[in-house]
Amino acid sequence: MREITYAEAIREAMSEEMRRDESVFFFGEDIGIYGGAFGVSVGMIDEFGAERVRDTPISEAAIIGAAAGAAVSGSRPIAEIQFSDFISIGMDQLGNQAAKMRYMFGGHAEVPMVVRAPAGSGTGAAAQHSQSQEAWYCHIPGLKVVIPSTPYDAKGLLKTSIRDNNPVVFLEQKLLYRKKGEVPEEEYTIPLGKADIKREGSDLTIVTWGRMVSMVLEVADALKDQFSIEVLDPRTLVPLDRDAIVTSAKKTGHVLVVHEAVQTGGYGGEIVATVADSEAFYYLDAPIKRLGGLDIPIPYNPELERNAVPTPEKIEQAIRDLMA
Amino acid sequence: MGELTEKQKAQALKTAQSLSKDKLHDMYTKMNHVRAFEDKVAYFFSRGMVHGTTHLYSGEEATAIGALANLDDDDLMTSTHRGHGHTIGKGIDLKKMMAELLGKETGYCRGKGGSMHIADLTRGNLGANGIVGGGIPIATGAGITLKLRNEGRVVVCFFGDGALNEGTFHESVNLASIWDLPVIYICENNQYGMSFSAKKSMNVDDLSVRAKAYGIPGVTVDGNDIFAVYEAVKKAKKHALKTGPYFIVSETYRFMGHSKSDANKYRSKEEIAEWKDRDPIPRMRAILVETGQFTDSELDAIEEQCKQDIEEAVKFAENSADPSVDSILDDVFAPSN
Repeated sequence: MREITYAEAIREAMSEEMRRDESVFFFGEDIGIYGGAFGVSVGMIDEFGAERVRDTPISEAAIIGAAAGAAVSGSRPIAEIQFSDFISIGMDQLGNQAAKMRYMFGGHAEVPMVVRAPAGSGTGAAAQHSQSQEAWYCHIPGLKVVIPSTPYDAKGLLKTSIRDNNPVVFLEQKLLYRKKGEVPEEEYTIPLGKADIKREGSDLTIVTWGRMVSMVLEVADALKDQFSIEVLDPRTLVPLDRDAIVTSAKKTGHVLVVHEAVQTGGYGGEIVATVADSEAFYYLDAPIKRLGGLDIPIPYNPELERNAVPTPEKIEQAIRDLMA
Repeated sequence: MGELTEKQKAQALKTAQSLSKDKLHDMYTKMNHVRAFEDKVAYFFSRGMVHGTTHLYSGEEATAIGALANLDDDDLMTSTHRGHGHTIGKGIDLKKMMAELLGKETGYCRGKGGSMHIADLTRGNLGANGIVGGGIPIATGAGITLKLRNEGRVVVCFFGDGALNEGTFHESVNLASIWDLPVIYICENNQYGMSFSAKKSMNVDDLSVRAKAYGIPGVTVDGNDIFAVYEAVKKAKKHALKTGPYFIVSETYRFMGHSKSDANKYRSKEEIAEWKDRDPIPRMRAILVETGQFTDSELDAIEEQCKQDIEEAVKFAENSADPSVDSILDDVFAPSN
């Protein structure tokens, strides 16, 4: 099968959906000629023109709010926020407006919009350009939250997100943009709310998402002679495939959650609670363990930055602690 | 004090004469529907018959009704926390609106929205809003849809003087300006953002000068003169369809407090009385009589009918069921294929 990058997969998803549905348009900062800060949308303005690929001023509240307004009036906007950290500038429009319209209007509105934004550390961009804030969005009823870990997932999930009739926060992973993976030429979509077992195993379940998936897979491979590790990627945090998590936990009896986001208040706590609050609890051979980012802003120095989030060494240590 | 200036009056008479009797009947009815609705809601609150809070539009009717008289059903609108006037102006089922105020299953939002979240997408009403300035980006985004579809429709975006100091105003109007979006931004300057006066919160007297910063037209109108508002928005609509966004400041006043808890400590009885002298409803009535289009008894009958309509709405609301607790989880997400 052909291999393309994560960024190319996202571009293909957007372009295919824009060809398929005239009501889809795309807007954000520097997405036109520049091609987006991470080059995701290179060439799209040439195909679709400046009406459907709209460069915006630096106005995140207006971008997110205008997406909501365009969506509720019949369009299907894709809004790019240059760094997910900047969503906070438009957070009222996302959390108080887009997310709540349908419920507070008694079911009389559809708000089909996608906010795409790169998340995560590892680029040396320090505290305001490196965060993983998925827990914020998961805590607002009315938002769907998607975090793809491979080019294949990115394309299939983005196409579904664009077709979804609700606001979707689509958190891309900066360090994955240049990573290649197999993506078929023919069309496919991936449903929201369906986890993917990235590696089958029988001793231990590691639930992880985003950039951490490939890191956890490497550690699992390195330890394959000692532990049979199952790696479960929920892919969408809202809706969450709780059944898949519970099923895997029952099978292995050991659960570790790994995420890049700050551990305290992180979504890992929800995964832990999902297991603890299910029949899987009776199958556990050890307490459920979490490994998240440290409770600090992301620091600048490369070694400090690397150590602010889970590393292969920390993941291995967590596995050994859990299996001891 | 309460009289229109000679020039204003001459224009008002001219505007009234340019409109059909049916149109004026509709406008005068809506003015009185808003007033009667708000009087009833104020009564309910004073008696503790409804819970939560509400923001009444009494005194500001000419702005909503005058502006929206220019719109068709498929034109769009965003409203504010003080949204009952806009909602009635855009066209509404009063019964479902009153039912929503009382939190009933038959209400617009099935009892889940209340006063601050009434929307009617079938009539282009994209919703009231509990966040000051919250609807401005939404109206702007709706403007993108209309621009892309190029169907000759406009969006009217209402907000108060308080919203002028929210970042969403700046970001949105700028966006609409660079993209020539068909959006009419109407600032209802009712002189106070809760207790803080517009004079203290902004260092300009004529708020419409802000339009200059975005390279779009900006005008100020007497918001208690329905004909002045009508003419301003008529002009703005033409401009919005042909050129792009337009900014109108409508100078008006709320007769009631900000919300039900307001003791009115920040404004004087004299000031309130002065503005009540400029009540937009008697002003409109005087013009309609002077042009000879309506007799006093015809207008009395309209006012009486409006009060009855509100009583009917109350009856409907009171006889409606509360929503079932079983519905509490409904409509967080829309179904998707």
